[in-house]
Amino acid sequence: MTTVEEQLLPSADPVQLVDEHGKRHDNPQYGMPPVEALVDGYAQLVVGRRINDQASALVRQGRLAVYPSSHGQEACQVAATMVLGEQDWLFPTYRDTVSIVSRGVDPIETLTLLRGDWHSGYDPYERKVAPQSTPLATQLIHAVGVAHAARLKGEDTVVMALCGDGATSEGDFHEALNFAAVFKAPVVFFIQNNEYAISVPLARQTVAPSLAHKGIGYGIPGERADGNDLAGLLSVLGSAVAKARAGEGPQLVEAHTYRVQAHTNADDATRYRNEAEVQPWLERDPLKRLDAYLTTEGLLDDAHRSEATAVADKVAEDLRVGLMQEVSPDPAELFAHLYATPTPQLVEQAAFLQDELSREEA
Amino acid sequence: MAHEKLSMAQALNQALRDAMKADDTVLMFGEDVGALGGVFRITDGLTAEFGEDRCFDTPLAESGIVGMAVGLAMNGMRPVVEMQFDAFGYPAFEQVVSHVAKMRNRTRGKVSLPIVIRMPYAGGIGGVEHHCDSSESYYAHTPGLTVVAPSTVADAYTLLRRAIEFPDPVIFMEPKKLYWAKEEVDLGVAEPGIGTAVVRREGTDATLIAYGPSVPIALEAASAAAAEGRSLQVVDVRSIVPFDDSTVCEAVRSTGRAVVVAEASGFASVSSEIVARVTERCFHSLAAPIRRVTGFDIPYPPPKLERHQLPGVDRILDAVDSLQWEDS
Repeated sequence: MTTVEEQLLPSADPVQLVDEHGKRHDNPQYGMPPVEALVDGYAQLVVGRRINDQASALVRQGRLAVYPSSHGQEACQVAATMVLGEQDWLFPTYRDTVSIVSRGVDPIETLTLLRGDWHSGYDPYERKVAPQSTPLATQLIHAVGVAHAARLKGEDTVVMALCGDGATSEGDFHEALNFAAVFKAPVVFFIQNNEYAISVPLARQTVAPSLAHKGIGYGIPGERADGNDLAGLLSVLGSAVAKARAGEGPQLVEAHTYRVQAHTNADDATRYRNEAEVQPWLERDPLKRLDAYLTTEGLLDDAHRSEATAVADKVAEDLRVGLMQEVSPDPAELFAHLYATPTPQLVEQAAFLQDELSREEA
Repeated sequence: MAHEKLSMAQALNQALRDAMKADDTVLMFGEDVGALGGVFRITDGLTAEFGEDRCFDTPLAESGIVGMAVGLAMNGMRPVVEMQFDAFGYPAFEQVVSHVAKMRNRTRGKVSLPIVIRMPYAGGIGGVEHHCDSSESYYAHTPGLTVVAPSTVADAYTLLRRAIEFPDPVIFMEPKKLYWAKEEVDLGVAEPGIGTAVVRREGTDATLIAYGPSVPIALEAASAAAAEGRSLQVVDVRSIVPFDDSTVCEAVRSTGRAVVVAEASGFASVSSEIVARVTERCFHSLAAPIRRVTGFDIPYPPPKLERHQLPGVDRILDAVDSLQWEDS
């Protein structure tokens, strides 16, 4: 008989259903996801990779202010969204662009924040995607609030709350886990452990055996998965979502992955890590391994590949064209969205700016 | 309804009760607000009346409390949270500044957060450290927040009901030393609402501008001055953000002299903002520079020394005396 502690602890090794060579590994607890999900997931990975690389290129061309790439982490991004239903919520961070697009938000609207025309470019209610959070871990507690409201309203809603390894050091991470556990909120906390918080390696964030172990202190079951294995992620996250939906309370999943590229274009990764460290992770690429597995199983052929590539090409082209458009945000908006009714002070300041602008034009 | 003698604490309690009755999306939560009814008993009986889903205790974590309110509000609720004491609100500051204040702005108006953050504030009750801060300037300085501070029993009721109905987040500063002050009142949502200052006492010689716990002191000073033959007008700011320039400036113009009274440290404060605003707008009506009577620029003192920090009648009258009176 297992103790409560044992039930809360993650598996000894990260769950992996498909290894880096594309070989299948059966797991007694986590079954292989349906074929259709894997083939659909493959196509989304191709699109995600293209978004990452196109957006990085657009930064170099000065079309985006900044882009924190999730190149190499696409399996986490896609899986986090694929396991959700329409009624569920996604709470992303700044590195989760691909997850947001995977949820169905328009890519250009998703990149508005990073282009610099407004802080968030999409309506959070349309696809149930919260604004991307740039302060670390603060959004996790919002996720708990949304989930708790859903319970009070009798909604069948699960909230997927994303964060990175660095965020697990923040106070709000701990408050969020504790609140979720106490209120039995249907939240899946999904940590993408990519080994670095800008320049600081995981060993400087924690000496815990794994980030998934952090759940036990709050009475939350923790699980870890290979973050570059879409099949394993879909199964582990899918199971966590199902448990949360069934009223079993919050769940914690850590995906072990790697930030292949620098934090952003402003970062110089050579200052804190060796190129030699990166190479093995490139070989664990989530796309290559899923391609290999599906091909071996006879589930993926060139027709699928070219179809996925065509979709990705279109997304990339739309991004290029869309982000080439010069945007001139309306300065009046600076005052428009602070209060439902602007204060007299803001009305005055808006008039002042308007006057200044009209004199500029004259 | 017959006029009743009620304390501000009872009026706030009644406001919460009435708001929860009127709208079942109104939730009240925080530390010790359930069975205990809050350390000041402002939430007394709410859990019994509305159940634990509507008024509940949380883990002891202020950032968590405010952060959860953000999520609840995003998903259709109207959370009212209690920060147990003013200075206990600081751990939640990141949530207040980065999310509560900015969510409407970040999302171009798509997400509004009708949250009320109640906090017993200021001193005068013999509280130990971290229990008597006047933190209104931090919140007033943050665009996106609405900041109010009642000074009367009736207004406490009105402002809290209005704050709960308000479409945007409101920082609701409760002057804790006025919790037990009783007045004969007929509770109801009265005019004026948020965004309006009121003249609490008419006067012709000088204007005292105060809010929250300083209003009764200003009124006391005005009574004392009247006994000495000087007529002081008292304006209660009520709504720190938005600030009612027109009522305040009209009052100052009518007397030509002004003293701002506030408990908070004066440097870079709401009181300095009021002086700046009034000076910019009323300079040519002023017979003397505007004076301030505020707390010193020190951490709130221990109970045995707090009387030296708090604005008192004598300091106010001294400040009034210094307003370049030609006849003195």
